[in-house]
Amino acid sequence: MKPLNFLLVGVGGQGTILASDILAHVGAAAGLQVKQAELHGMSQRGGSVSSHVRWGERVFSPIVGAGEVDVLVAFEELEALRYLEMLHRDALIIVNQERIIPTSVTTGAYTYPTEPTMLAMFSSVTTHIIRVDGPGIAGRLGLAKAANSVVLGALARALAVHKLVEPPVSDEIWLTTMAERTPAKFRDLNRAAFCGGQDAMTLVGMA
Amino acid sequence: MKQLLSGNAALARGAWEAGAVVAAGYPGTPSTEILEHFARYPGVYAEWSPNEKVALDVAIGAAYAGKRAIATMKHVGLNVAADAFMYVAMTGIEGGLVIISADDPAMHSSQNEQDNRMYAKFARIPCLEPASSQAAKDQMLDAFAISEQFDTPVLLRVTTRICHSTSEVILGDPPPRTGLGDEAPQTPRFPRNPGKYVMVPGNAVKRHPIIEERLRRLAAFAETYPGNVIVPGSSGLGIITAGISYQYAREVFPDAAILHLGMSWPLPADLIRNFAESVNRLIVMEELDPFIEEGVRLLGVTVASDHPEAPRKWVEGKNIFPIIGEFSPRIIREHAITAGLLPTSAHVATPDLMSSTLPPRPPVLCAGCPHRSSFYLLHKLKVPVNGDIGCYSLGFAPPLSAMHTLGCMGAGISVAHGASKAGSPERHVAVIGDSTFFHSGIPALLNVVYHHSPVVTIILDNRVTAMTGHQGTPATGDTLQPGQTHTDPSTGQPTLIAIEPIVRALGIQHVQTLDAFAVDEIEATLRDFLQLDGPSVLIALQPCALETSGRARWRPLEVVADQCNGCTLCFRLGCPAILKSDELDAHTQRPRASIDPAQCTGCEVCSQICPRNAISFRDDALSLATAESTEVRR
Repeated sequence: MKPLNFLLVGVGGQGTILASDILAHVGAAAGLQVKQAELHGMSQRGGSVSSHVRWGERVFSPIVGAGEVDVLVAFEELEALRYLEMLHRDALIIVNQERIIPTSVTTGAYTYPTEPTMLAMFSSVTTHIIRVDGPGIAGRLGLAKAANSVVLGALARALAVHKLVEPPVSDEIWLTTMAERTPAKFRDLNRAAFCGGQDAMTLVGMA
Repeated sequence: MKQLLSGNAALARGAWEAGAVVAAGYPGTPSTEILEHFARYPGVYAEWSPNEKVALDVAIGAAYAGKRAIATMKHVGLNVAADAFMYVAMTGIEGGLVIISADDPAMHSSQNEQDNRMYAKFARIPCLEPASSQAAKDQMLDAFAISEQFDTPVLLRVTTRICHSTSEVILGDPPPRTGLGDEAPQTPRFPRNPGKYVMVPGNAVKRHPIIEERLRRLAAFAETYPGNVIVPGSSGLGIITAGISYQYAREVFPDAAILHLGMSWPLPADLIRNFAESVNRLIVMEELDPFIEEGVRLLGVTVASDHPEAPRKWVEGKNIFPIIGEFSPRIIREHAITAGLLPTSAHVATPDLMSSTLPPRPPVLCAGCPHRSSFYLLHKLKVPVNGDIGCYSLGFAPPLSAMHTLGCMGAGISVAHGASKAGSPERHVAVIGDSTFFHSGIPALLNVVYHHSPVVTIILDNRVTAMTGHQGTPATGDTLQPGQTHTDPSTGQPTLIAIEPIVRALGIQHVQTLDAFAVDEIEATLRDFLQLDGPSVLIALQPCALETSGRARWRPLEVVADQCNGCTLCFRLGCPAILKSDELDAHTQRPRASIDPAQCTGCEVCSQICPRNAISFRDDALSLATAESTEVRR
């Protein structure tokens, strides 16, 4: 198996690093060699955050070069756009429907890309685009902070639908890993959010 | 047992498995988590020292006392600790001593990208460079063995991509009972060996030949050190590499022969010569400085050309790969194509993106950050500001734009003093954080008093080392391991090191500690201080906005739409919670402000500076909300 390259992006404070930690451990639990690389430091103060995760039989570099990302998981829409040049033409984009307005927009120096612009930019790179209403689905379950679990659920289903990992990673591995790496009190909620993300993904994928 | 570990967690694990019992450091990206992980192991002592030099001296003391010890710091931290680093290279140690330098190629969170392998050569001590989390753990054990075998401190040099990358590690056994506590063997009597440990000139001149001889023995050891490995190849291309670059070499050149140096100083001359004889093109692939490349050149190593009559070829390196920034597989590949090492078909295409200018998202001071008010006022007062390193470094950025120099920890106060002594026509303000004040601000402030300059120093006291992830400072009673601070028996409280008494003890006459959110008071005090002939200190006190406990009952503020005329003054605070709304003021046609309730902490700085009272205070918002809920109940 050629390494499968993930790029997870978001805004400082969104939980991007925790999600990539879970993704790395899921790969390891599935018996794959895993490497993960992230950037800390000043990015935590509301800046752009990115994390690379690679699954494979043999993985050397922990980071992925531009044009080599197979799956982009974006927890924020503008950040999804920022990293598009990292993708190859057949890549899969999973984007959380959340907009966090940067100060460069509030001060009026820039405008946040409109929805049509965003979709056109996605389409210029790939046809495999999945949008997930993480905050909406998690909010209906009672905790908007579980949005990332919704996104991971969508990711899990998308990997299976697109047959990106063979044999597929079982839901059991995902749920056990998530439970191990998140606070026990949110276990049921994260589970429900993950399943919500899987179902939502199916709907969009069929459309 | 296998586990996924970050490089930093693996370094901590390795130190513990090696039986290290004392660890000291100062937080700094990308090194911080090494000490945080190590501190959780049983039977060890670990502390955040006030600065890196103190940390290294602490570790040296432990090593002199016969115990294994580590000191951790980021690359620029070793500059602070360099004096200690150089003397311990001369004295050697009793128990093993490993100094971990976490370098930051590409300057993800640093002021420079110095290559600290140079320090190993400078001090004539060995340098190990792990290439993965597994190597980080294993080579920590190697480093202690080398340290004790050769009576030398060892520099273990990692980079951001090692520290903050995660990969599988096969864990080793827990350490033998060398720890601290009841079951540990007694620490031996502290050595009385002045010839070795008292570096007066008469002793130091006798140590220097020993150090040179040690380096020769280490170079011989490097020839057979198992961390220096040859990966055989078939293409005739030979790559010498170390650290994370090794992974990129394996990925981009699967057929090349690779000499992977786990120990990049001193170099194994024969191993390199023999490797060079086995290839017909020799390149060094290393981030930042041509450290190995220059060493190989000085060895006089050359490679035979394809034609017997053609001259032999020198090693290549920085003529192919960049000296600036960090590598990636892509950077390696693209430069290799240019140099003819790979065919142009190896190029990986990137998508043709629709051109669009995306709004940047630089790091900003958080909503509710207690530093914001001071920078807003400094910008308003138009004074030159000499800054320092921490979250508050972000005060340089628009719209606050209130920092004009920033170099290293502790520099701001002395730079302001020097500028004043040079006759700079304005009053200078130095800005420093609480942790940085303890780190290196105190001697600088002492100097301002003793040599008398009218520098106004603002100590931004947010009760924590915030930027690196909220480590405690000596003012807080919060320590790396629980209960490390002395408890005062009369009060039962931990002994805290309060900032204001220190400032007064240094001889500053004009000192004010103010609520960092009291905008008018801070402005009035600064205006007073700027008229004085002598030095003054304003301590702007409020816990970091991410320490939410103190603000648990605060509530988001609101813009009173009818009163806001879109004057834009509040936008000059650069608060991420203050947004430009879609609503235009009917008269001025300017967008009105709005406040994002999800981000606003209710600090009221904007309420205070609004000239039209258009932003509520917490109490107003409370009464407004109460009124609404009463309405609903009706």
